[in-house]
Amino acid sequence: MTRTILNCGYVALVDSAPLIIAKELQFALEEGVELNLVRQPSWSALRDMLALGHLDAAQMLSPMPIAMTLGIGSLSAEIDALMVLSANGTAFGVSNKVAAEIGPIPFGHPHTIKRAIAARDADPLRIGLPFHHSMHRLLLSYWISTEPAVEIERIIIPPPRMADAIAEDRIDAFWVGEPWGTVAVERGIAQLLMTGRDVWQFSPEKVLAARRNWILENDADARSLTRAVYRAAQWLDAPENKPLAIEILSRSDHLDLPTELIDPGLTGQLTAVKGAAPIEIDRFLQFHRFAANFPWRSQAAWIADQLGGSKEDVNRAKSSFRSDLYRNNLEGIGVDLPTASEKVEGSLSEETGVASTKGRMILAPDAFFDGRTFDFT
Amino acid sequence: MTTALRILVVEPDENRLREIVDALTDVGWTDVRALPEISSIARTVQDYEPDIVLIDLANPDRDTLENITHASGAGKRAVALFVDQTDDALTSAALKAGVSAYVVDGLDRNRIKSVLETAIARFKVIRQIQSELDAAKRALEDRKTIDRAKGFLMRQRSLSEEEAYRLLRKTAMDQGRRVIDVAQALVTAADLLS
Repeated sequence: MTRTILNCGYVALVDSAPLIIAKELQFALEEGVELNLVRQPSWSALRDMLALGHLDAAQMLSPMPIAMTLGIGSLSAEIDALMVLSANGTAFGVSNKVAAEIGPIPFGHPHTIKRAIAARDADPLRIGLPFHHSMHRLLLSYWISTEPAVEIERIIIPPPRMADAIAEDRIDAFWVGEPWGTVAVERGIAQLLMTGRDVWQFSPEKVLAARRNWILENDADARSLTRAVYRAAQWLDAPENKPLAIEILSRSDHLDLPTELIDPGLTGQLTAVKGAAPIEIDRFLQFHRFAANFPWRSQAAWIADQLGGSKEDVNRAKSSFRSDLYRNNLEGIGVDLPTASEKVEGSLSEETGVASTKGRMILAPDAFFDGRTFDFT
Repeated sequence: MTTALRILVVEPDENRLREIVDALTDVGWTDVRALPEISSIARTVQDYEPDIVLIDLANPDRDTLENITHASGAGKRAVALFVDQTDDALTSAALKAGVSAYVVDGLDRNRIKSVLETAIARFKVIRQIQSELDAAKRALEDRKTIDRAKGFLMRQRSLSEEEAYRLLRKTAMDQGRRVIDVAQALVTAADLLS
């Protein structure tokens, strides 16, 4: 029997781990598919290749399939998220110059940081972002939209060049996924001020995406792929597996970076200022626990709403986060699933038990920094 | 081949940049600007207003370029043309999907010429279709506005549809304005008064 080879695109980041582990530890082979991981030079290139059928599936920034499905942006296509690959995992940092201007402030306080930035007597803060349709940009916009008003300029920069852009004074700050925040800190040119989860405690960061038509025509492969990546994500969240995961990720055909730069993102031990003791951040990058892989319809709705979508857009977006397929694809292997497919985003301020297929499961806090809640039912 | 197109080439490798610019100049596109450094892309796109932007598919700066061209009306003006291995199926799929992208064989100079010619010719066709679509959409909106203005006149002045249109046209002619502008003004006023 010939095994299906699935071409799967990714952008080299610490949170590409579920795909890399699914291949390297042979979870994919065990599920009957062979993963051909194709590293992409940019999110635009990855998007085009997926839409044009050169990739079967891809790791995507969670707003990308929604923007494409809604026709916002330069390429429209019906793209669905089979599952969420990771929650959280991004950080906001500023250049040493800006850090000196705003003075010492505690780590992880969005209100305080904003007041400090607003109090600066300076030009608009130039903030580097990896892509327009990214959770980074949505969280930044959400944070910035509250009082006091802060003037900013958004500049798109490939994450590996974020540190250079700071060093060359082309940006004053950045919002980026690991390892690129750590890289800037270790070069001694920037400081981290907070993480994405300080703005939204449980945001879907990357998703496993595929064309809706491809999923229809290749339902068995989509199922195998979902199961393989689910098992990889589960493996990744076990603390005892972190050292091996870091080793595998650092290898040249994946991230090609020293292990010490990958370690902070994967273990949640972030160093905010070079030389300082690392800060332990709970759920900094969550691959599996707290139903992290579940593609909540309400997460899609929140994204569509933040992208400026109408009520109709919000409903269309919901259908592109395939919680229906996720349930079907994971059936029969003892996976516990929430019974609901939507929740009121922002309503959990602490770990909370909810009804699940096995009885009861724990969800992580998902509150927003300003306490707002979003009900899209 | 016309030389009216303004072409911006984004390429960090100097040799390759020169080669591409030479190939373009050879076939008669003389309005070419080279940009080795992405950091000034925003200003360059704004000042130079290129019709087409060439960038390698493998160039990570693509996301930066995309954001800038998108913000400045991408569909109408700047376009990314990827220079990479030839793949005709991908090229035609890209065109159909509306990606402003063409895949061109990397460094073979003779090949660059011919593929660029085809690509830019196709780009023009697409732009033509796009502008026809835009025009059709505008025409449809204009018609709706004129219908609303006519309706307003018919109700307010008890005119027939034809009389209402004639009044619109006469007013426009008397004032040296277009019918649609008069209709628009009337609709705005009607909205304010209602």
